[in-house]
Formats: sequence, C-alpha cells, structure tokens
Amino acid sequence: MKSSRHGSPWTGLGTVVAKETADHLSSARMRILEALVFLTALYSAYLAIQAIRQTIGESPFLFLRLLTMTEDPLPFSFIGLLGFLIPLVAIALAFDSVNGEFNRRTLSRVLAQPIYRDALLLGKFLGALLSLTIALVALWLLVIGLGLLLLGLPPSTEEMVRMLGFLVATIAYGGVWLALAMLFSVLFRAPATAALAALGTWLLFSLFWSIITPIVTTLIAGPPEGILGPRLIYLDVQQIIDRLSPNTLYAETALALLQPATRALGPVLLSQLEGAVLGAPLPVTQSFVLIWPQLTGLIAATILIYAIAYVLFQRQEIRA
Amino acid sequence: MAGDAVIEARGLTKRYGANLAVDHVDLEVAAGEIVGILGPNGSGKTTTILMLLGLTEPTSGQAIVAGFDPLRDPLEVKRRVGYLPDQIGFYENMSARDNLAYTGRLAGLTRREIDERFEAALDRVGLGHVAHARVTTYSQGMRQRLGLAEILMKRPSVAVLDEPTTALDPHSTQEFLDMIRGLKADGTAVLLSSHHLDQVQSVCDRVALFNRGRLALSGTVTELAARVLGGGYVIDVEARGDKVPELLAEIPGVVRVQPLGGDRYRVDGQRDLRAAIARHLAERVELTGIYYATPSLNEVYARYFQEARDEIE
Repeated sequence: MKSSRHGSPWTGLGTVVAKETADHLSSARMRILEALVFLTALYSAYLAIQAIRQTIGESPFLFLRLLTMTEDPLPFSFIGLLGFLIPLVAIALAFDSVNGEFNRRTLSRVLAQPIYRDALLLGKFLGALLSLTIALVALWLLVIGLGLLLLGLPPSTEEMVRMLGFLVATIAYGGVWLALAMLFSVLFRAPATAALAALGTWLLFSLFWSIITPIVTTLIAGPPEGILGPRLIYLDVQQIIDRLSPNTLYAETALALLQPATRALGPVLLSQLEGAVLGAPLPVTQSFVLIWPQLTGLIAATILIYAIAYVLFQRQEIRA
Repeated sequence: MAGDAVIEARGLTKRYGANLAVDHVDLEVAAGEIVGILGPNGSGKTTTILMLLGLTEPTSGQAIVAGFDPLRDPLEVKRRVGYLPDQIGFYENMSARDNLAYTGRLAGLTRREIDERFEAALDRVGLGHVAHARVTTYSQGMRQRLGLAEILMKRPSVAVLDEPTTALDPHSTQEFLDMIRGLKADGTAVLLSSHHLDQVQSVCDRVALFNRGRLALSGTVTELAARVLGGGYVIDVEARGDKVPELLAEIPGVVRVQPLGGDRYRVDGQRDLRAAIARHLAERVELTGIYYATPSLNEVYARYFQEARDEIE
C-alpha cells in the first residue's frame, strides 16, 4: 500500500542536530579522541616548525611545509596523522548512532514525536559532522596560531586559501567515514559489531589497500612491465583501484593543495611535461582544478554511503 | 467515523512476507474512553498500535487517528498522540528535564511551553523532586512515570500505553492506574495494552481481545462475559447441603455452575438470578450467602483461549 506523506521530511532536523552536537561535544569519548588528535597533530606541527626555523628562507610556503614535513621522532607529517586519525574519530562518533537508539529503546519514543526518520538520520549525521568540523577548525586555527608564534610570520593569502581548501577536504574525508560508520550502525544491531566492521574497513584502506591494489591490477590488466617499459593500461587500472579508497583521494587532495609544485596526480607522459618549469608552484586555482575530481569523489562517496544507510533505515521495523 | 471517535480503524492489515501479523482489524475509540487491548504475545497488539501511530505502514486498510490518516499525515497524528512504548528508554546522560525538553521540542512545543508544562507534568507523576537528576539514577518505575510525564506534557487527544505497568510494584501500579484515570478525566482517549487483566478490568471502559492478528472480541467486560461465559451475570453462592450444584443448575437462566471449593459455588446466569436462587435453595439446603460477582476478565480470557485451542485441536 503506497501513499504520499504530508509534512516536511525535515521537521525536527534542527532539534536533532543541536542535541547530537551537544552530546558529541560533551561526551568523554569525543574529548579523549580530541586530546589524542590535538596532541599528536600539534606535536607534529611543532617538530616541523623547529625544522623550518633552521631553513626559513628556503621556501615561500612555510605554513604549508609545516603541515607536510615529517620530522623525527614522529613517523608522520601533520597531514599523514590527520589522514590516519580522522577516520578513527569519525567512526567513534557514528558507530552507535542508530543501533544505540535501538538498544537504549529510545527510537520508538523519539519517532513517536512528529518527526520523520529522514530528519532523525540526517540530524545524526549532520550533528556528528558539525562536531568533527568544530574540532578540525579549532585544530586548524591552533596550528596557524602556533606557526604565527614560533615562526613570527603570517601566512600568505595563497597559503590561507590552500589551507582552507585542505580543511574542507579533511571535513569531506571525515564525512565519508562518518557515513560508513553510520551505515554499519544501521546494518548491525550490536554497536561492537558495527565498530569492528568500521575499524576493519579503516584498516583495509589504511594498511592493506596498497598491498591489494597491485594484486587486483595484475589480475585485471596483466603485468606492470611491458617490453618497452611500464604499461600505461596497468598504471591507469592501478590508479582507478587505488582511488576507490577514500584515503587515496584525501592524500592526493592534500598533496596537490599543500605542495604547490604538484602538477599532476597520475602518470605523466614526457610530452605533457614539454615547456613545464619543474619545481615551480602551480597557481592556487590550478591546484583546485587538479583536486576537483578527488574532492567531489569524497563528497559523492559520502552521499552514496549515506543514501544506502538511509534506504536500509527506512526499511527497518521500529519495534526493538 | 462516529461523531466523537478519535481512533477509527477499518480493515487494518499488516503482512510481513507470508506472516499475517494483523488481519482486518476494525477498532473504534471515543474521546475520553479507555480501551484495553489484550491478547497473547504475537497476537498483533503492538503492530496495530504502531500502525495507528504511523510508525509502520499497513499492508491494507485505513485508520483515522485524531482526525488524520497516520499513513498520509503521520506528523499530524504524532502531534496529537502520546505514546508510551512497552520498554521505554531515555537518554541516560541527560536529566529528566532535558529528556522531556528534547521530545517537547520535537513535538513542536516552544521553549516557553516546555518550561510551563514540564514542571506540572513531573509533579503530577511524582517526579518533581528529581527533575534535574540524570535518568541513569532512575528506577524502572520512575522511568515509566517519566514516560507518562512526557505524554502529559504533550497534552494529546490520544494516549497509547503499551504494557505501562510491567516492572512496577503493586503500590506504584495503583498510582499509575490512577494517573491513567486522570488522563480520561482530562478527556484523553487511552489505548492500553496489557497482560495484567485485573488492571485492565479495573481501569478500562471497553476491551478488545486480539487472537492471531484478528480482533476476536470487543466490548465491555460484561458483554464479553455474556458472549464467552454464556452469561453476563456472575453470582457467588454459599450453601450447605446435598446436591447444591444440581439444584442450582435446575434454575431457568443458569448457564453454568462452577464449584469454588468448600460450600461456595459460582453461577453464570443470563440475567440477575439472585432472587430466583434464593427462592429455589431456601427450603432445600442451608443458604448462608448470595453475592453478585463482577465477571472476571481473567475468566473470560482463559475461557476464550481454551475454546480457541480446543477448536484448533
């Protein structure tokens, strides 16, 4: 029996977003993760600043180097750390978002209020995304403040634009993991199972994707080397499979935005390099053109995963 | 739809694959009426409630709740209906006040309305003194009361209470039943689902008995007793002597005689037979007592399902 519903699907959305954001920002879980991310990221930035101070005249993009330099004893740069830890924070924010309502037996009580499931699910997603955004903006401002204090120089306009683009990309990257964790929280009634599934996916993309990619590529496109050297078809297929991982899309976005000398994010033929001044920075607009597919890919992945979670949630019976 | 009916369901059906959970249920509840929904687990009570609330979609049939179709206008229905689920949950890290404020905001109440209503609602259910305590410190009984406070705050036309007294001690149960009577006094129609038949009988105006997804019986307890027990009047007789059951069975209008132990017998009659029993027994045996007994919903229920089982076998 089908019938059109009356009333806005977004009724109550603001209330859910406000409640979810307040819950996340005041939860012990979020504070612990924030502390972990802030301390490691700030330490990484601090180490980079110490190194930069020795060679302050070598680069016009000091603030960008601050984010991309890797200094001992940490094995990661600031962006490497974020790429590794943001999924963890996102998973922690969303792995029990829906099944938690079932288990607390609050779902039927909440949905008995004049609100559609659409608003509840979107409100939960936006609440978590807003919490993540607040934490990331705070971290971003802290790093800039640290740079200002220790380097004694303000960032240039171009650096600010690039760092803002990087911030947006980081939020989009977090959005993918939030949507994924939310999908698992709809799929699995036990929060522990949902968390394990999300962490498993995170490990797959963080650690094993680089191992899996060449194997799958060889199966599809044959050996990497031909008689005349590397085979282009192999490189293309490898890149396509590699980019199925949100981590790759995020890493490429960060690379193109924060290392202005990056001119391409895939195989480059010698003919394409004709006339190019190697090592010269790309204009910021060109860098954005370069990362546009990656950024839209991250946003599209978020929407796609969220849509799957939405359909599954709509089909679930409310009674626990 | 009847003039003052706030719930009217016609042919309401819900099918899960091959399983027919609710089968063509017709139900009507008037404003200010308390109707008990009874039946074994899996008989379709909660699914019917969820369909009336717009929380699950009927496979066929139609319902009008508080003037709106739950399928087309679930938001309007939910604005006018208060629901207390069988196993109610609250956000443990939030206070009672904050829990109510959240659902109040979802219900479309303004901040001012919430401030005005929450205190009165919590006072009415006896939780005013712990309004700012976290719900994690609440007992199960307090949570049930908090659920009722949420309904009171909403001031609905219809309250749907699914097993509200489970996990309550006898004293709290009585208090809770008084609160349900209070809802009726406010003009709220109450749909009460429960397995506690004595409680249902004490508080409900009418009863709807579900069996295998169908609404098998509906009416007042007396009406149900007349249909199931074969007599609408139940009379308890105390008499000493030989063949008292046989003598009672001779009286025209007696449907059934049931020994209760000792010198006590229960008579199901088609009408008030107290005078006829007194006349018939007075000269034959020693009659020591004769009382009009309200037919018990427990008996109606037990007999109905015994007969239903017998029919299947």
